[in-house]
Amino acid sequence: MYSEKVMDHFSNPRNVGEIENADGVGQVGNPKCGDIMKMYLKIEDDVIVDIKFKTFGCGSAIATSSMATELIKGKTIEEALKLTNKAVAEALGGLPPVKMHCSVLAEQAVKAALLDYSKKNGIEIEQLKDFDPDEDVHEH
Amino acid sequence: MVKNVYMDNAATTPVKKEVLDEMLPYFTEKYGNPSSIYRLGREGKAAIDDSRNKVANAIGANPKEIYFTSGGSEADNWAIKGVAFANKKKGNHIITSKVEHHGILHTCEYLERNGFDVTYLDVDENGIVDLKELEEAITDKTILISIMFANNEIGTIQPVKEIGEIAKKNGVFFHTDGVQAVGKIEIDVDDLNIDMLSMSAHKIYGPKGIGALYIRKGVKIHPHIHGGAQEKNRRAGTENVPSIVGFAKAIEMACENIDEHNKKLIKLRDKLIKDIANNISHVKLNGHPEKRLSNNVNFSFEFIEGEALLLSLDMVGVAGSSGSACTSGSLDPSHVLLSIGLPHEIAHGSLRLSLGDFNTEEEVDYVVENLITIVDRLRKMSPLYENVKEDK
Repeated sequence: MYSEKVMDHFSNPRNVGEIENADGVGQVGNPKCGDIMKMYLKIEDDVIVDIKFKTFGCGSAIATSSMATELIKGKTIEEALKLTNKAVAEALGGLPPVKMHCSVLAEQAVKAALLDYSKKNGIEIEQLKDFDPDEDVHEH
Repeated sequence: MVKNVYMDNAATTPVKKEVLDEMLPYFTEKYGNPSSIYRLGREGKAAIDDSRNKVANAIGANPKEIYFTSGGSEADNWAIKGVAFANKKKGNHIITSKVEHHGILHTCEYLERNGFDVTYLDVDENGIVDLKELEEAITDKTILISIMFANNEIGTIQPVKEIGEIAKKNGVFFHTDGVQAVGKIEIDVDDLNIDMLSMSAHKIYGPKGIGALYIRKGVKIHPHIHGGAQEKNRRAGTENVPSIVGFAKAIEMACENIDEHNKKLIKLRDKLIKDIANNISHVKLNGHPEKRLSNNVNFSFEFIEGEALLLSLDMVGVAGSSGSACTSGSLDPSHVLLSIGLPHEIAHGSLRLSLGDFNTEEEVDYVVENLITIVDRLRKMSPLYENVKEDK
């Protein structure tokens, strides 16, 4: 059901953990639905120099978190904002249709962390103007 | 070293060698249609008669009351729909419970869309129905009570005899889904006042695609498949002779040493329960602590999700199952776990390990050892767990 890439990122997730005094922290999802993602960012000169995550969720939730962190580590904020759920899913060699919401959650988690960074630093990020980290990605 | 440890025996079981050996001649040598009058046909017919006797014997029934089906789900469908449509002049009310197998629940929902009323009884935190509530739910329109013998997910055994008495006293037919119970609990349909009992072969080391419905003489029920005269005009279609023979052998083997089987299973079950509870924190055993199937273990592991747990177990060669939404393809976790009052997030983190005749103590040790590592790894990844540590 899962691609080899998904299984690889599930069994050896990259960038798991927390960052002390992170510059931005974002959490999305809720335990009722069975998945929560939390992302920690360290940002220097608009570049994401470090990123860590913690995830409560199924195999694909863990794998998409891991892949998302890998895709934006070392990237500028500008570049990170362009990360789409599709890109995360594609980088993992695809996800089963019922698991696509996991990749949406990963994209949201990155954005939520960037939003937190912008708020803490009094910066306005144009692309996050309408972003709501509490929005439910599940199709109930 | 990665082993192969199969602990999903409530899902299905391997076919035992003795069962397969009984079946094989009916594929290639004794292949006659049992409805034919020549020797080959008569051989098939005789095999079915003999099998019917064995199945009847296992549950204290008359062979004339055993009807072979394609399995448990068909038996459930037939019992519910067959009785509903045959008795609709008397009434249109059916009573069942919230923890039934989907073979019952979805059939009842279908009937609700076709003019029937269904009461779904609540269960307590252990998964047991309240007899008083059952009695109060009966009206003069009630035609059928269907309550499962033992639950497939949490292993809880219902007070079947008492339910049977209530049904009998009120002149209502009583059906029970015995798919998980047959071969693990001694069943005598007369003693337990059971009017209809669903059975399945592949849960007791028989082949898939075969089962039976016991229908007590006198139960008003419609035929299920219209066609030829097989199964006394009630379930048409050329009989699946090899599977019927296999089912009979399997149920005979499962029921002849039921106490010995159970003794071995209970020893393994209790060791597994004890070792998990003693070695992993924040766990909860689901289902009744005593009134439970001899082979069922169901735990919730807080702060982690069941599918991640299953995938991790699979990587070390352990096969189990989960009530997590992610394994069912829906967003909601198991209806059984929600019915016993588990919050969603705890229901998501459930694991069922169901033991069988081929499991060993060594395998139990292997599973627990790996579970400790896996749960620890997933919890370290879980943002829910860090809050708990902070609370302490």
